[in-house]
Amino acid sequence: MSTFHLQIVTPERSVFDGQAQRVLCRTIAGDVCILPRHCDYITALGMGEARVTFEDSTVRPAACIGGLLTVRDGQVRLVATTFEWVDELDEQRVEASRQQAQQILDDAKSDAAEVELASARLKRALVRSSVLKRHR
Amino acid sequence: MAGASMKDIKLRIKSVESTKQITKAMELVASSKLRRARERVEQSRPYFTVLHEALSEISASNLELSSPYLRQGASPRICYVVIAGDRGLAGGYNANLFRELEEQSQGQDICVLPIGKKAVEYVQRRGIPVLSEDYTLAGGMQMSDCFRVAQLLAKRFRERSFGQVRMVYTNFVSMLTQQPGVLDLLPLNAKRPEKGGKARNLTLYEPDCESVYNAIVPEYLAGLVYGALCESVASELGARRTAMDAASKNAEEMIENLSLHYNRARQAAITQEITEIVAGAEA
Repeated sequence: MSTFHLQIVTPERSVFDGQAQRVLCRTIAGDVCILPRHCDYITALGMGEARVTFEDSTVRPAACIGGLLTVRDGQVRLVATTFEWVDELDEQRVEASRQQAQQILDDAKSDAAEVELASARLKRALVRSSVLKRHR
Repeated sequence: MAGASMKDIKLRIKSVESTKQITKAMELVASSKLRRARERVEQSRPYFTVLHEALSEISASNLELSSPYLRQGASPRICYVVIAGDRGLAGGYNANLFRELEEQSQGQDICVLPIGKKAVEYVQRRGIPVLSEDYTLAGGMQMSDCFRVAQLLAKRFRERSFGQVRMVYTNFVSMLTQQPGVLDLLPLNAKRPEKGGKARNLTLYEPDCESVYNAIVPEYLAGLVYGALCESVASELGARRTAMDAASKNAEEMIENLSLHYNRARQAAITQEITEIVAGAEA
């Protein structure tokens, strides 16, 4: 099986830099899967699950939120705002974050800015928990 | 009296010594934090180079690209993002930054988004309209805070609350020099393609280049803010380290002078005692 060079970076760290067989992720226009010898391509990432198939055919899912996916001369770069492998996610923390956000949303006293923040937080928590549920 | 002054000098030496200990400790804390701040800058660099490359590539290869972020707004008001420190005792760090802001914003209609406690205090004192006062801790800003700042700026820019966004921060040139600087954030000054230049590159954009462009801009802005913030934090620590180093040296010099005075006073006291004894014996 042929492979391509994949680089995954976030503002905090470089998550992965090496060969991969394929990468699947959610963009603002839906799920896409990049295979070797893809044409030059740029898209913005949405919120959802990403799945990377490594050289040895192991698949590692992750929660991937925001950013950019580029393919250039066969090199794939996934530049995400947050990118967490499923085994790095902490189920309790995700659940706590979800409940807190939900509480703020349910509270009638919250102002517009709080609601906006909480709904973004809720979305992130839901993405993470759905990734967790699917792979546990 | 010689005796009393000896005691005074001794007290003085003690107090200068304890001050020196404090400045020395602050210097050490600043240097170790500085190392961490610089590592943070290094780690986030690849992320932004990729974003920047993608943005300039899109704007350079598309003649018909039109994005709200590329147009200069009609409003004459300019929004300044001011990144200052949280604490004083850092030499001229904060003062230099505010002077730069004053020079830049002379005669303009401005509003400010302050980051850092000193910046918030400054705009309150000067009565400048403020966009948000949520960011009083420059040192504790995370990436997510920068995203919130960027989203706020992008939103207000699209709503045309202001026609331009600029950022005033401090450049970390070296351990000894930190320079305040200004960066234009919005509108983005994109390189326009030259007509009849090289052939268009064959990159596929999904769903289309404009939506990709508009989706990336807030993240790019967040990146710029984060980068400037890291630089500023490093600069503050560098400035503090230098200032504290100078303070420790001054304290040392003072102690040296004071010990000289102390020894002289002691010698004078002994001489006087001997004179008194001799005078007593003769009588």
